[in-house]
Amino acid sequence: MPSNGAQTGLRDDGDTAVLRSPGSGDQAGAKVGGGRLRRAGSRRTGNSNAGITPYLLLLPALVVIIVFIVYPSIDEILISFQRLNAFELIGHVTRWVGFANYQSILSSQTFWDVFGRTVVFTAANVVLIMGGGTLIGLLLNKLGGKMRFVLSLTMVFAWAVPVAAATTVYQWLFDEQTGVVDWLFAKAGFHGMAHYDWMSNEYTAFAVVVLCIVWQSIPFVAFNVYAGLTTISGELYEAARLDGAGPFRIFRSVIFPMLRPLFFGTIFLEIIWVFGALNQVLLITGGNPVGKTDTLPVYAYLTGVGQQSYGMGAAIAVVTIVMLCVLMSFYFRIILKQEDEL
Amino acid sequence: MLAVFFIFPVYWMIATAFTPAGDLFSKTPAFFPLHPTLAHFKAATHVLDFSDFWINSLTATVGAVLLSLVIALMASVAVARMRFRGRKTFILMIMIAQMAPWAVLQIAVYMIVRNDNMLNEILPLLLFYMAMILPFTIWTLRNFVGAIPKELEESALIDGCNRVQAFWRIIFPLLAPGLMATSLFGFITAWGEYPLVVVLMNETQHETLALWLTSFQTQFGNDWGATMAAATLFALPVLVLFIIMQRRAVGGLTAGAVKG
Repeated sequence: MPSNGAQTGLRDDGDTAVLRSPGSGDQAGAKVGGGRLRRAGSRRTGNSNAGITPYLLLLPALVVIIVFIVYPSIDEILISFQRLNAFELIGHVTRWVGFANYQSILSSQTFWDVFGRTVVFTAANVVLIMGGGTLIGLLLNKLGGKMRFVLSLTMVFAWAVPVAAATTVYQWLFDEQTGVVDWLFAKAGFHGMAHYDWMSNEYTAFAVVVLCIVWQSIPFVAFNVYAGLTTISGELYEAARLDGAGPFRIFRSVIFPMLRPLFFGTIFLEIIWVFGALNQVLLITGGNPVGKTDTLPVYAYLTGVGQQSYGMGAAIAVVTIVMLCVLMSFYFRIILKQEDEL
Repeated sequence: MLAVFFIFPVYWMIATAFTPAGDLFSKTPAFFPLHPTLAHFKAATHVLDFSDFWINSLTATVGAVLLSLVIALMASVAVARMRFRGRKTFILMIMIAQMAPWAVLQIAVYMIVRNDNMLNEILPLLLFYMAMILPFTIWTLRNFVGAIPKELEESALIDGCNRVQAFWRIIFPLLAPGLMATSLFGFITAWGEYPLVVVLMNETQHETLALWLTSFQTQFGNDWGATMAAATLFALPVLVLFIIMQRRAVGGLTAGAVKG
């Protein structure tokens, strides 16, 4: 909900304030989450007797979701119970194998390695993104107009570069022959790094991928946090400071509680995005060194499309979705609870 | 320092694209293209079916964005403005749909499209891109719709507008920033999409720019100059869109995406 101050970054005019509903002016301090704004009003009546209209309005969206998301998902589940390799694919043969694909996946060490790696990978990225994004958001709030403009503009560029282009740029930056990063390391005195092959082991390969993802994701979080910060009135900081709170304490006791819905929402999106990040990993490392940088989506892709074991790939995909849902289930509850408060 | 961290890769992409091949492999990296050249752009663009790639990418992306905007607008009005049974179920469904792992659904997508004999056609690509960006578009738009005070709509009704007029004259103009922000996000997603187009298109002239971009790394070894020129051209439409919409869109996207 674009409450006031939502015009982040580049310019600082508060013209969205017009959008604020007249009745909510008295809660000026507490309109951080959209939910709060309306809960107090509790205008549950409104258009409640709309009859069939809402369903008509939802119909196209439902059709799209069912035809283009639910149907392929069911198909994917069906495929996961089949043996479907290149031969069956070309010949249009359907061979059911029951739970065989699942059995071989769940009993394979590789899968569990990949699973663990994916969880660590996601956690590391999300922590870095949220930490970096929050700090930069706080910084944006502190900076003067000119500096804020410059920093925002550079972040917009990082954000706007399409993933496919960003991955090629990162490969070029970290190229072992002529990459500028190796050159900088050598210049800084680490001569061993002069022609370092970043793709030679999984840790440095992942470092490049993580850097690429974090670089592209921080702007979104930073702008969000900054937008949220502009809705907190200065008096709150003032009061906290008078009570003797340091910067860290202010963040923990004032900023975080006020922006809680915003943090939850952002973390939710980032987890989904990072967990499902296929392009960055696939295009930068290609899963190399052999199988060491696979995350679950990459593993499913390489198994399914790469090795043409479509049934196995589908089964991995299904397990991936189930795991993501389990990991996220507590999140659903939080967000649905916020929904109640609307 | 932070600004450098964010801008350097972008700068490096553009600078490399203009640097002559000889300078690219010198001992010291050329931090500024002293002898700017367009050779890499020529190399990158003189490929078979280049204009087709643009047309394909633009058709699929713009079509997907417009369609999803219309559909999402209807749905978000319903979700944000009306109370009805199944509303929460719908929201939960959108959240789950947002998690759809497209990267791994492609096997099923491929089978469906193939069985409908639609491989190498732009329409399925467009439709799946639309489905891909729809959940986020609804998710974001409904917050924008919810932010518009009901009183405005009601006073329009009192002044003699009917529902449809009230929507077009009052709500729609106020939604403009939200629509721009969400379309921008959809554009970025669909524009850079890679895994689906790989499996759905197996004839060169039906490919999109995203595939063209990655082709320089395999075809000619690693032709970094051409790759960076291609990446620059590829990023250009998005950067231009961003700059046009920057003021509203950047704030708008973040504002709509995560609140409440």
